[in-house]
Amino acid sequence: MLIIGEKLSIIAKRVREAILHRDRSPIQEIAVSQWRAGAGMIDANIGPADEGGEALMEWMVTTIQEAVPLPVCLDTTNAGAVEAGLKVHDNTWGRPMINSTSNDPERFPMLELAARYNALIIGLTVGRGGLPADAEERCALAAEIMGRAMECGVPLEDLYLDPLVLQIATSQDHARHVLNAVKMFQELNEPAMKTVVGLSNISNGCPKQIRPVLNRHYFTLLMHEGLAAAIADPHEVAETVKTLDVLQGRIVYAHSYLEM
Amino acid sequence: MAFTEPKEAFPGSIYDVTFGTERTVTFGGEHGLAFHGFEGAAPHLPVIAFEVQDSLPDDWPEAVHDVYAGVSGDPAVWARFCQDELKAQAIALRLLSTHPDREDRPAADAAKTVADVLDAVSVPIIILGSNHVEKDAEVLVAAAEAAKGRKCIIGKAQEKNYRTITAAAMANDHLLIALSELDINLCKQLNILITQMGYARERIIIDPMCSALGYGLDYTWSVMERIRLAALAQNDAVMQQPMLADVGMYAWKTKEAQAPEAELPRWGSLKQRGIAWEAITAGSMLLTGAELLIMRHPEAVASLQQFIGELSAADER
Repeated sequence: MLIIGEKLSIIAKRVREAILHRDRSPIQEIAVSQWRAGAGMIDANIGPADEGGEALMEWMVTTIQEAVPLPVCLDTTNAGAVEAGLKVHDNTWGRPMINSTSNDPERFPMLELAARYNALIIGLTVGRGGLPADAEERCALAAEIMGRAMECGVPLEDLYLDPLVLQIATSQDHARHVLNAVKMFQELNEPAMKTVVGLSNISNGCPKQIRPVLNRHYFTLLMHEGLAAAIADPHEVAETVKTLDVLQGRIVYAHSYLEM
Repeated sequence: MAFTEPKEAFPGSIYDVTFGTERTVTFGGEHGLAFHGFEGAAPHLPVIAFEVQDSLPDDWPEAVHDVYAGVSGDPAVWARFCQDELKAQAIALRLLSTHPDREDRPAADAAKTVADVLDAVSVPIIILGSNHVEKDAEVLVAAAEAAKGRKCIIGKAQEKNYRTITAAAMANDHLLIALSELDINLCKQLNILITQMGYARERIIIDPMCSALGYGLDYTWSVMERIRLAALAQNDAVMQQPMLADVGMYAWKTKEAQAPEAELPRWGSLKQRGIAWEAITAGSMLLTGAELLIMRHPEAVASLQQFIGELSAADER
């Protein structure tokens, strides 16, 4: 299970202010803390970043990789900013990931960048026509994205399909649709397609104290369906990952398994 | 269409361990299953240590007892005989006399024995207690201090005494055997506990507990195989140590190695039976992944060396 640490998001006040003042230490502190908690990659969410996105993504990638030996997930709709991040990314610690392409033509250039820079890429199963209604619609969108990835020369092993987790408080049925989609996506290719979710979206808008409960339980179900990666808070899901590794037989049990 | 050999590549590998100072021996380091050199590199051959005791081997069957007649009264002489005459790669000194049910000799005596043996030989040494949980915690601390600077392997640390023995190994720069009794989960737990004390995981040797052919060998085999697969296939960093098989003491205790010919004439030569029992037990342990063996009879050792030679030559095809 690849955990992509979600905490470096411009939506968070501390991160936004650090970005505004180009203050490296909060960014690096958050990155280190996520790495220690088990993140295998750090998401750098700089939002749409219409102005100065290139310089900002460059700064984020170098600031993060100065502090942790991990690859970065470049999270923005600005393709120029993604390219700037890819250019400075240190692949010693693993290949970068682009977050994301979709079935919206505006996001097609992201696939070309993935091909050109040998990057991993998330394929979000949405298009121009609004949100997918169920797992089947998500699969249809996934097939479109897979076809385009192959045309662009992105190997399907490098594509992570994202079924788009929606808020439980407003779209309860989609919790089940996404679970089904995670299972069905894997059957779209041999070897199985990889899947990823933005986990905490499930509890977005819910009271603060129940958010971790929803996140962890939903994550358990997703892992059971074969989820390959999650953009999540590693502190919140580390125990779940380790416990499921034991329960599903991927690692030998020992009384101190949680301390490993 | 040409036939392509199916080959398995594993994400994990085994730590290599070097012990001794004047002369050193290295084992472990594999990237695949035992004698599957065609799938993953196996840089070192398994190592066989000759067992030496600090008390007379009166309970050893004649066939193996007789080999050491004239030297077994003095562990230093015995060890030297193994090194010089039997060309031992390593010596395993078992401080059996310290056991409360044997002679209950004090830790200071054991330390003296260790110093004498270390003076007498240059091959690397494994220092073993008497397998008494409380007494070993005293004896091995004294022994580890007496052997400081010689980079020995000491053991065996168990769940109930690992703290003292690990601290002694750490303070005196020795390697450590971690013993768990045919329990893969406890084996992993013990490794975690030992490393949580600050002891490097690359300096542990796993003893999953040996057993002789016909007396639970299949249990040992299966636990060792699962440990090795966890190390290689699951890339479990706390299970990637080389493994020890303490063969001699189990093989020579069996009925097959002891029952007189007069009683069981159909079983054939008693001497050959004992040697065969030790060799077959040891050979099985090698196949399931053991890299360090402790053995008693030179003829059993010789046949194992031949076995290792043939299997590793086949690797190089």
